[in-house]
Amino acid sequence: MEKERKLTMAQAIAEGIGQEMERDPTVFAMGEDIGVYGGIFSATSGLLQRFGPERIRDTPISESAFIGAASGAAAAGMRPIAELMFVDFFGVCMDQIYNQLAKNAYMSGGAVKQPVVVMTAIGGGYGDAGQHSQCLYGTFAHLPGMKVVVPSNAYDAKGLMVEAIRDDNPVVYFFHKGLMGLPWMQYQEGATVHVPEESYTVPFGEAAVVREGRHVTIVTLGQMVHKALAAAKALHAQGIEAEVIDLRTLVPLDTATVLDSVGKTGRLLVVDEDYLQFGLSGEIAACVAEHLDQVSLKAPVRRLAVPGVPIPYSRPLEEAVIPSVNRIVDVCRELTDAKLKVAA
Amino acid sequence: MRPTAERLLWMYETMVIIRHYEETLAQVYLEGKLPPKIQKGLAFDIASGPVPGEMHLAAGQEAVAVGVCAQLTGSDTVIGTHRPHHFAIAKGVPLDRMTAEIFGKVTGLGHGKGGHMHLFDPERRFSCSGIVGAGLPAACGAALAAKLTGSRAVAVAFFGEGAANQGTFHESLNLASLWKLPVLFICEDNSWAISVAKDKATAVASNARRASAYGIDGISVKENDAVAVFEACSGALKKAREGGGPTLIEVKTDRYFGHFQGDAEVYRSKADVAEMRKRDPILVLATTLRRRNLLDDAQDRALREHIEHRVATAFRFARASAYPSADDATQHVFH
Repeated sequence: MEKERKLTMAQAIAEGIGQEMERDPTVFAMGEDIGVYGGIFSATSGLLQRFGPERIRDTPISESAFIGAASGAAAAGMRPIAELMFVDFFGVCMDQIYNQLAKNAYMSGGAVKQPVVVMTAIGGGYGDAGQHSQCLYGTFAHLPGMKVVVPSNAYDAKGLMVEAIRDDNPVVYFFHKGLMGLPWMQYQEGATVHVPEESYTVPFGEAAVVREGRHVTIVTLGQMVHKALAAAKALHAQGIEAEVIDLRTLVPLDTATVLDSVGKTGRLLVVDEDYLQFGLSGEIAACVAEHLDQVSLKAPVRRLAVPGVPIPYSRPLEEAVIPSVNRIVDVCRELTDAKLKVAA
Repeated sequence: MRPTAERLLWMYETMVIIRHYEETLAQVYLEGKLPPKIQKGLAFDIASGPVPGEMHLAAGQEAVAVGVCAQLTGSDTVIGTHRPHHFAIAKGVPLDRMTAEIFGKVTGLGHGKGGHMHLFDPERRFSCSGIVGAGLPAACGAALAAKLTGSRAVAVAFFGEGAANQGTFHESLNLASLWKLPVLFICEDNSWAISVAKDKATAVASNARRASAYGIDGISVKENDAVAVFEACSGALKKAREGGGPTLIEVKTDRYFGHFQGDAEVYRSKADVAEMRKRDPILVLATTLRRRNLLDDAQDRALREHIEHRVATAFRFARASAYPSADDATQHVFH
């Protein structure tokens, strides 16, 4: 076996962007602090030195202007990547994202192309409170016209980034801060994996079964994949085999893999770091409900997500609202107990 | 730079097309919208007739569109507003496909998915948006694309004086100045943001003065006059093409119709509009052309007959075209 080259997710993203910039002169990146700083979460680390300030472009704190400029540049034939530093900042520029970027292709009857990647940081767990800790991918997936990508590890992060840059549509690419492998923030070590040096793509709309199991299906994404895997390990010691599905992209959504797995296990837990109400977990539950003629459930669907509160600051409060390994274990046990009750 | 005789005639002809187009549409828009054919008790029904939805017409504002577009090439980008027809016509967007779009027909620019506020013609590098102030960032982007690819193309963002109070105006002027983008910001000051007068909404008397906050030139054109617009823009365009960065140009203009068709215009008097029409930009340019022996009665009559025919043909095309099928509704979300 070849010597494994492991990269952090941040390194993998930057490598993917750099390789596409070498391959395609129309690709360029802009955003706040993406130049000398290399991006606050290092997603463009080292790129300024290679490509210079015209193509790795620091911007003023003017998200409407530079995300709108990405849309205008894309209409003129470029393939921009725009970094929105934290997804929480979408409020200052959402018109440009959902009224312009996401709708121009449709309202032009397909005449206009908008190949833009909006790359943005998500997630909590480090005490940054309500305006810097959200996930919000469900909000973007709710609105038509954007593909929505949420990688959970460095291999997928690079392949999905290359795929995103080559896509002719707006792609919102969400990286979880707690997966990036930064030297200044706790991270899930499972996200730092082997990444081939050569360029490759990970197709959109293909979920990954990251652990096989026969008793319960855990559908999740992003950082929660790692918590679900840790929970699955604990459950294994208790005789419960959880299957863990990493959705990887929300738009397009791989419903077939979800339904296959739920058909096999008969039990579904959706684990999501976004808000509980009107979001991803409800969408997955609805998808299963709409296919109850094809899959049968042995227990009610369960959801673990952030309840309807902003992400609180204080550590015990934040820990109370973001799904934890222990809560995943508990709910999976309840789900499998439900089967026993039915059997009894 | 002064316009050549050929450009003067082009501006005149294009203004007459725009005026005739808007006046025709004003009539067509009312078809099916008035009693007794609508729901009992309504005075007007916005959803009925061959052209549903809001309708913002630009009669009176022709000079600003032609004064700028007379100097643009096919590689230059124009981004218009929610009141977009004069810009589209001046940028060369075909009348038939534009009209079909306004009628919601499958032969329209956007297969009937955008309608009158959302006209996209990438071949002519024209687009517009229904959101006030939304076009300025996109113009910066088109200008950035020109800069990155080494093209001499420029981008023009048109917007109203109401939009100059949006964040996108200020963010875009700063960005364009900082990056020396080849972009012209053209503010159409028609004095009214729907019903709110400029002096009730804008803290400075002239939006051109706001350019100084971003270290760029601000020019104020005080007459609703195509030649004055042309001359004010030519230096700015040259500067933009040569890497000198953006310019903000404010043009005083007049909106003859209401904000949208059906607007009761309770905020201004009919006398105000009659006064505006006395300084009509088409009359102003016609006078210039006649003085320079570039136009006489017979030529004007022939020109207008030709234009009436062109506009009528476009409307016939739109009426005769098919509607999209229901299946089309789910197409074109993604490429």
